[in-house]
Amino acid sequence: MGIVSRGFRGRRREQDDRLPPGQYLVDDFPVLSAGPTPRVPLDRWEFAIDTEAEVTHRWSWPELMALAQTTPTVDLHCVTKWSKLDTSWQGVSLDTLFEDVETAAEYALVYSYGGYTTNLPLEDLLDGKAWIVHRYDGEELEPRHGGPARLLVPHLYLWKSAKWVRGIRLLDEDWPGFWETAGYHNYGDPWREQRYQGD
Amino acid sequence: MRWRTATLTGVREETPSARTLVFDVPDWPGHLAGQHVDVRLTADDGYTAQRSYSLAAATAFELTVERVPDGEVSPYLTEVIEPGDRVEIRGPVGGWFVWRPENKSPVLLVGGGSGIVPLMAMIRARRQAGSRAPFRLLYSLRDPLRRYYADELRQPDPGLDVAYLYTRAAPEGWARPPGRILLDDLAEGGWPADFEPDCYVCGPTGFVEAAADLLLALGHAPGRIRTERFGPT
Ligand SMILES: Cc1cc2nc3c(=O)[nH]c(=O)nc-3n(C[C@H](O)[C@H](O)[C@H](O)COP(=O)(O)OP(=O)(O)OC[C@H]3O[C@@H](n4cnc5c(N)ncnc54)[C@H](O)[C@@H]3O)c2cc1C
Repeated sequence: MGIVSRGFRGRRREQDDRLPPGQYLVDDFPVLSAGPTPRVPLDRWEFAIDTEAEVTHRWSWPELMALAQTTPTVDLHCVTKWSKLDTSWQGVSLDTLFEDVETAAEYALVYSYGGYTTNLPLEDLLDGKAWIVHRYDGEELEPRHGGPARLLVPHLYLWKSAKWVRGIRLLDEDWPGFWETAGYHNYGDPWREQRYQGD
Repeated sequence: MRWRTATLTGVREETPSARTLVFDVPDWPGHLAGQHVDVRLTADDGYTAQRSYSLAAATAFELTVERVPDGEVSPYLTEVIEPGDRVEIRGPVGGWFVWRPENKSPVLLVGGGSGIVPLMAMIRARRQAGSRAPFRLLYSLRDPLRRYYADELRQPDPGLDVAYLYTRAAPEGWARPPGRILLDDLAEGGWPADFEPDCYVCGPTGFVEAAADLLLALGHAPGRIRTERFGPT
């Protein structure tokens, strides 16, 4: 047990076994990003997967909408300590987007409109673990929450769920992204409280 | 990053709802202006809560905390903790929302409410380093009573311009009517985009969204606008 702070009781509204260590529950939906919110017009929007063999697969907005849609309900955990349970989304599973992608790469670098990047092992994007989502709570995804579309990879801290997602580059070697080069953990598992490098 | 014990050594009242806490942290490695720390409180039965707070000073370990009504951690830090009491901290955290004294570019600081805290660290770091980088601070706050660091910001600091943007009540005779930050505030009180200033925007989420959008509208490059969002309202 850590050092006790005299007189601290806590509110303890957040006893919930779905809450990873060090997190607290919120009902609203806080916003975190390093810069201003980019606005991406749908007629110029595209999503791409670039393989290590330099093959590019692209989807326009109508093409994304024409793919099989799923509606995941997931818990979100932000490294700034808040968690939000049972959030409901609509989008396309990355398994669907990867159906025709030939790759032996182990790593993925996700990049966004606005220049943001984040990295993760490719396997964390597959097998029903990640989506490109464009609706939240029955509504179009607002720009400040990553609209028109963001990555959703809820088993990792939320900075991995890149807002304004534009593509995924597949790599043989791991390439740290924006927060990962700024001292945050390379993998970011909330259940192991991997917030910062060395955790 | 390991947890360290921080012992409260002093308190300064900033406003009726905010105070600065000065801690003694053995072996503190130092920090850059703009970085924050995680604070962990532990109750005597082992229950813990963690929150992030910006470092307010250039070298000393100081936090300024605003009391959020019904909050879990901020009421403890603003009302309960006394000199001699201990909390745990770890950090410094954050390598993006920082200002380094080597940087000679003009700087625009835009703070809303407690969002002034990391910006004040930048102002103090500039002064301490003897930097001549031109700084402008636009400080949006509810009313004159809510002003953090009031005496210090009143002292002349060559190369630093400070403008207050009151949202609810301004002092008598104040030219600008109270209200939220507007394009004109940033156009008049900021730097022209072609000076390529580094812009730091910090405060509640809505404030940061609004101010960052206005800076974009004024032609500032997205890559020069760094933001830190503290939370709701
Ligand atoms: C990087 C970073 C740096 C920060 N630096 C500072 C700082 O220097 N000084 C400072 O005072 N705070 C700072 N904050 C905010 C701080 O971490 C806490 O969120 C805040 O003190 C409230 O915590 P709490 O436990 O008292 O309230 P909680 O128990 O978390 O929340 C209680 C209620 O208040 C609402 N609430 C939570 N946070 C805020 C807020 N900031 N404003 C208004 N309502 C809120 C919640 O939605 C909830 O309804 C920072 C946050 C981040 C992410």
